[in-house]
Amino acid sequence: MAGSKKKAKISKSSKSRSAKAAASRETLETYFREMLMIRRFEEKAGQMYGMGLIGGFCHLYIGQEAVVTGIQHALEPGDTVITGYRCHAHMLVAGADTKAVMAELTGRASGVSKGKGGSMHMFAPEGGFYGGHGIVGAQAPLGAGLGFAHKYRCNDRVSITYFGDGAANQGQVFEAFNMAALWKLPVIFVIENNQYAMGTSVKRSTAVQELCQRGEAFGIPGQQADGMDVLAVNSIADEAVAKCRAGEGPALLEMMTYRYRGHSMSDPAKYRTREEVSKMRQERDPIEHVREMMISAGYADDDTLRDVDREIKAEVNNAAEFAQNNQEPNLGEIHTDIVAVD
Amino acid sequence: MTELTVREALRDAMAEEMRADDDVFLMGEEVAEYQGAYKVSQGLLEEFGAQRIIDTPITEAGFVGIGIGAAMAGLKPIVEFMTFNFAMQAIDQIVNSAAKTRYMSGGLVTVPIVFRGPNGAAARVAAQHSQCYAGWYAHVPGLKVVAPFSAGDAKGLLKSAIRDSNPVIFLENEILYGQSFEMPDGGDHTVPIGSANVLRPGSDVTIAAFSIMVGKALLAAENLAGEGIDAEVIDLRTIRPLDENCIITSVKKTNRLITVEEGWPTAGVGAEISAMTMQRAFDFLDAPIIRISGDDVPLPYAANLEVEALPQANDIAAAARELCYRK
Repeated sequence: MAGSKKKAKISKSSKSRSAKAAASRETLETYFREMLMIRRFEEKAGQMYGMGLIGGFCHLYIGQEAVVTGIQHALEPGDTVITGYRCHAHMLVAGADTKAVMAELTGRASGVSKGKGGSMHMFAPEGGFYGGHGIVGAQAPLGAGLGFAHKYRCNDRVSITYFGDGAANQGQVFEAFNMAALWKLPVIFVIENNQYAMGTSVKRSTAVQELCQRGEAFGIPGQQADGMDVLAVNSIADEAVAKCRAGEGPALLEMMTYRYRGHSMSDPAKYRTREEVSKMRQERDPIEHVREMMISAGYADDDTLRDVDREIKAEVNNAAEFAQNNQEPNLGEIHTDIVAVD
Repeated sequence: MTELTVREALRDAMAEEMRADDDVFLMGEEVAEYQGAYKVSQGLLEEFGAQRIIDTPITEAGFVGIGIGAAMAGLKPIVEFMTFNFAMQAIDQIVNSAAKTRYMSGGLVTVPIVFRGPNGAAARVAAQHSQCYAGWYAHVPGLKVVAPFSAGDAKGLLKSAIRDSNPVIFLENEILYGQSFEMPDGGDHTVPIGSANVLRPGSDVTIAAFSIMVGKALLAAENLAGEGIDAEVIDLRTIRPLDENCIITSVKKTNRLITVEEGWPTAGVGAEISAMTMQRAFDFLDAPIIRISGDDVPLPYAANLEVEALPQANDIAAAARELCYRK
């Protein structure tokens, strides 16, 4: 895979684009549909936030869709996934109900966390997804713990542990690396490097910017991939997952990606130029990339893809309507789910 | 009746629960090959092997997070802290990941885990190694906090804690490890979390204490008896959820209350019990509640200063005399 082995600077699109020529029609259609669902869902969430229907912090995934989509397709039932607070997309690819995710954002009774978690705290354990964590970097040891459980049970499941370029500087991430390597835990650490930790760029936060090298001191092999190319993401993830399942221990994947929107909805975006953002959108958009591949391969035309978009928008609108009209949690819910009654 | 030390009782509790449930494992610093920094896990590596008795590097935030992640996946970890002083390295994981996840997930994800190890002052180890965390963890919804005194309660409560599907903070005491107690009969002895125990019935004043302070309260009560003051001693055993009814029932009988803890006074366990008692039994109090606590200072090293800064039986007895107007 050309895209995965090189140091994929995402601005150099020609080199980092996937060389996988023979992606099937079905595969591309699935990716297109799933990534577009994330995109439309997040756009709607942003809109609803602007209307005051969603409160608090709301971190959108727009621009990063290829990462979760490509990785999810390398997984099997029983594998586990954990991430930080930018978790809407991870919920959707884990199979969570669109309506219940949107209703969680609006803080309603039918939300996945009954309205008690909100945008940052959503879980879908039946789909292998364990949240949705708000303290930057804390999910790294937790994800190693999920991997520990797989190993303890002697199954061949793997733990995908996502974190961002910001979390990559947290001490407990390295503690997790150390034990994951020491005990050969089946954990794939995935750095979603969207290049900005809130407003602090990678180059302003660390002297060594190749974050995929961060595991080397612990004996964890690292690779960088073009996180705007879903085929490249999937390919490198497939390879890493196979090794992990075979008992080779942890791996570190750095996905070079980009978020189009602010860190959260209140981001003034003074730390980067409009030009930088629009250049990314125009030249590197992960969904556009799949659309082009589908059209050039003759798998679809503009009309059919527009129909898919229409269908997705309808589902998202439906979820949004549900989330606005769903009742707020009963006040009695304040005092439930604190401790389990044994 | 057989006698066991608290150390042996804790070991037996873990061994019995590990025999009964393959999902239970022990991890922490020096728990395996060293047999426990305080020898609490003596013999466990030999019986259960390195897959279930796991030595960790010195990396509290990391192994606590790993334990919590394993618990989210359905295992039942026992995480030993060499002392609870070091758990502050991991307190974010305990509070934000262990205690809150059940709530934040609307009940979808639970964290059945036990955090255990010695808490409070040992002997002459100075401020950074001598702190009581009962009040800290008792503050947090989503946690249960247990602090036994006797070997029987240590065993029974630890077995309950391991079976509990919530995160449980299990506060032990280094000085108590070597003390022997008569053990209750019965193979599968458990003590329910959330239940206090009246160790010494009395009619004049209630002394509510936990962990090592129970011993001092009992000593004080014995001395007071010689002076004609009949003190009732309650071993709280659990700090959260607090057995309010046990305290209130006692106060309604004695009309006087002393709380005893090793930790600092401000926003402490005694403060909580005082407020609760004011609300529930104000009309039954014949005198203001007295809080006995460690002095409001980092614990000093010098032998005389350390003794002075920690609650002693004499302090408790003096408070009882004051409450009973017998100076």
